Amino acid sequence: MARVVFPANLMNYTNGVSEVEVSCSTFRELVQQLNSLYPGIGDDLRKSAVAIDGQIYQDAWFEKIGPTSEVFFMQRIEGG
Amino acid sequence: MAEAVREFTAIGTRPIRPDGVEKVTGKANFGADFSLPGMLYGKVLRSPHAHARIKSIDSSEAESMEGVFSVITSADFPNENPSDMSRNILARDKVLYHGHALAAVAARSNSIAEEAIDSIKVEYEVLPPVLSADAALAEGAPLVDENLRTNGDESIAPSNVAATVHYERGDVDKGFEEADYIVEEEYRIPSAHQGYIEPHACVADVNEKGRASVWCCTQGAFEVRNYISEVLRKKISDIKVTPSEIGGGFGGKTVVYVEPVAVRLSELAGRPVKMVMNREEVFRATGPCSATVCRVKVGANKDGIITAAKAWMTYEAGAFPGSPVTPGCMSIFAPYDLKNFVIDGLDVLVNKPKVAAYRAPGAPQSMHAMESAVDELARKLNMDPIDLRLKNAADEGTEAPYGPKYPAIGLVECLKAAKVHPNYVRKPAEGVGRGVAVGFWFNIGMQSSAEIWVAPNGSVTIMEGSPDIGGSRASMCLMAAETLGIPYDSINAVIGDTESTGFCNLTGGSRTTFATGLAVVQACEDVIAECKKRAAMTWDLDVEQVDWEDGYAVPEPGVNIEVEPLSFAELAKTAGRTGGPLVGRASVNAQGAGACFSVNWTDVTVDRDTGKVDVQAFTAVQDAGRAIHPAYVEGQMQGGAVQGIGWALNEEYIYDDNGILENASFLDYRIPVASDVPMIDCQIVEVPNPSHPYGVRGVGETPIVAPLAATANAVREVLGFRINDLPMSPPRVLEALDNGS
Repeated sequence: MARVVFPANLMNYTNGVSEVEVSCSTFRELVQQLNSLYPGIGDDLRKSAVAIDGQIYQDAWFEKIGPTSEVFFMQRIEGG
Repeated sequence: MAEAVREFTAIGTRPIRPDGVEKVTGKANFGADFSLPGMLYGKVLRSPHAHARIKSIDSSEAESMEGVFSVITSADFPNENPSDMSRNILARDKVLYHGHALAAVAARSNSIAEEAIDSIKVEYEVLPPVLSADAALAEGAPLVDENLRTNGDESIAPSNVAATVHYERGDVDKGFEEADYIVEEEYRIPSAHQGYIEPHACVADVNEKGRASVWCCTQGAFEVRNYISEVLRKKISDIKVTPSEIGGGFGGKTVVYVEPVAVRLSELAGRPVKMVMNREEVFRATGPCSATVCRVKVGANKDGIITAAKAWMTYEAGAFPGSPVTPGCMSIFAPYDLKNFVIDGLDVLVNKPKVAAYRAPGAPQSMHAMESAVDELARKLNMDPIDLRLKNAADEGTEAPYGPKYPAIGLVECLKAAKVHPNYVRKPAEGVGRGVAVGFWFNIGMQSSAEIWVAPNGSVTIMEGSPDIGGSRASMCLMAAETLGIPYDSINAVIGDTESTGFCNLTGGSRTTFATGLAVVQACEDVIAECKKRAAMTWDLDVEQVDWEDGYAVPEPGVNIEVEPLSFAELAKTAGRTGGPLVGRASVNAQGAGACFSVNWTDVTVDRDTGKVDVQAFTAVQDAGRAIHPAYVEGQMQGGAVQGIGWALNEEYIYDDNGILENASFLDYRIPVASDVPMIDCQIVEVPNPSHPYGVRGVGETPIVAPLAATANAVREVLGFRINDLPMSPPRVLEALDNGS
């Protein structure tokens, strides 16, 4: 199961839960499952950046998630 | 590893920049250089108050003036749910900072437009301004936005705190118990401006069908199109934006101020409208960066291992939410492998201009605090500051404070390179202080498109959409030369408008050489695939039997055919007969930009009579992944260092008690000039980014991060005590000397 970690600003959807384990094969599947688990979180997840196994994606969708993957949601980084 | 021994022909060379001659001869066209027949001139009326309710605006006299063609206020913008950007461009209900725009005029000449602006009568109810985060957080503080609730939580009372940010790991209290040495300090940095030399400028022309053409200086033509669409509710297909050459942006030209105003004025006037900000307007009404307060507590054991760290920060957002507090929080401890930490940040509204991105937005302020505290720890430990950082440095596999484990990063390599650098090995002379600091930025990828057009003579045009701020056209040409195997001189890169190239996100986030470069490489590979197909047809082979080597189509090894290799130029010349012109295209949403770290150190002296700090030497070491054009990488390192030195020593927004900016000119807001800084020595470290075919990391933002603390640490060494607040300008240094601390 992939380890999924939420930042503080998303924990209002998760009743304070900071970390869950999810079985999925792509980021899209992960968002769908999390939205079922925590209704309403999906929109914010889609707007977030995500790090999957250390690689940061600003706009993930079809990216693979393995059974031992670590997934961190984070604010999208902009720059100057 | 193969990557380590890979040899390049074009990449890593230093050809002359393709836009250089036009720029040094004055022929390059910047934002204010564009004109159209029948063009009008737009001017803006700005608030004389930092905080006031708009009771009425009477523009009747302006509207009736000879030579005035259109007058607008926010009432002439779409009124349904206007965005913060719309409210910033033209104030509604309240003016929120001194210089906030609230009306605009288009007239036959600048002088008529100014006269018309002066004739507009505004009745205000002046309100008390909120001018600092301290004041904004105080109980009973006036509210900048009476409807703002922290994090959008409707269950709590309105406040000036737009958002909170929190990160934590481990057990901080236990970590501090394990510490033998603890440093706890507060550091304050006022707002500074990006200081681009070219003010914002545009020309807008709306035709009878409502279709808008806009020429402007910007970091992102497609973003300007989107913003105009958002503010004026126009279809993006009715907006065409053409970017000019750009005279600096540093994040400040990622947003719009005058463009939607010019479009609306033109729409109403039926003529093109030109708007050019003056320097005072740039200072008063365009995004500076956040003023910050950072409280940092760091503990280490006697071996120099950091056992715990804690940070609390406020970032001023200006009049609308959206300071870079989150990246500030994410970056403050990024260089370190920390087991126990807590980070809290607040996005705070004040009656000042809305902040805009400035090179590594948020990181210079927070990392100034941490790097200053780490310097104090090194002193307590009697340890070399680079050694202390090496003991705690993040490396591949370290959990970043914002969560994920780092992929390959180059911080340790930079620290090791710095430690043996001749400029570091050579000890400073008596009376000279040295300070060290590290820098970091995330870097981003995002969307880019590129096309490759091949002419019959084998020359190549790259069409892409990333405005060239730091020499990216040369880098694109070098990557294309390397990929295609043809000479750099036969390639020209063109920045297209929004209707002549595919979508490109703006030039910012240190993304262009990485992401648009990736698109260029892939577009070249598309051309190569077509070249191989044409060669296969010519030789009656299957395309799988053709390879591409150094600019030539050749049969794959083992293919039994005797033919001369076909050069790129030959294939281009015969393209008409073999299937038509050679073109390639690619679009990417580039991921895995790869974080960039740096190490800076500087040697300074302080004149104890005048308080003036002189930078005697400055060295920057930075991981570029792979330097496509090393001179441009060095240029970024040098430019960032100079901006950071300016921020550390002189640059600050100075407000009076009424919220009026007192130094809105380059005479009073002092950025460094050439005589203020020594040659910035650069050493490029290359730890290739595995997510880019040539190993590129963004290099544009990290350089501004470390100089603030490096300079502060050097001044601390000279004085024997620390000045926590920036800038360390002569008055502040003299005051500190008088106080003895």
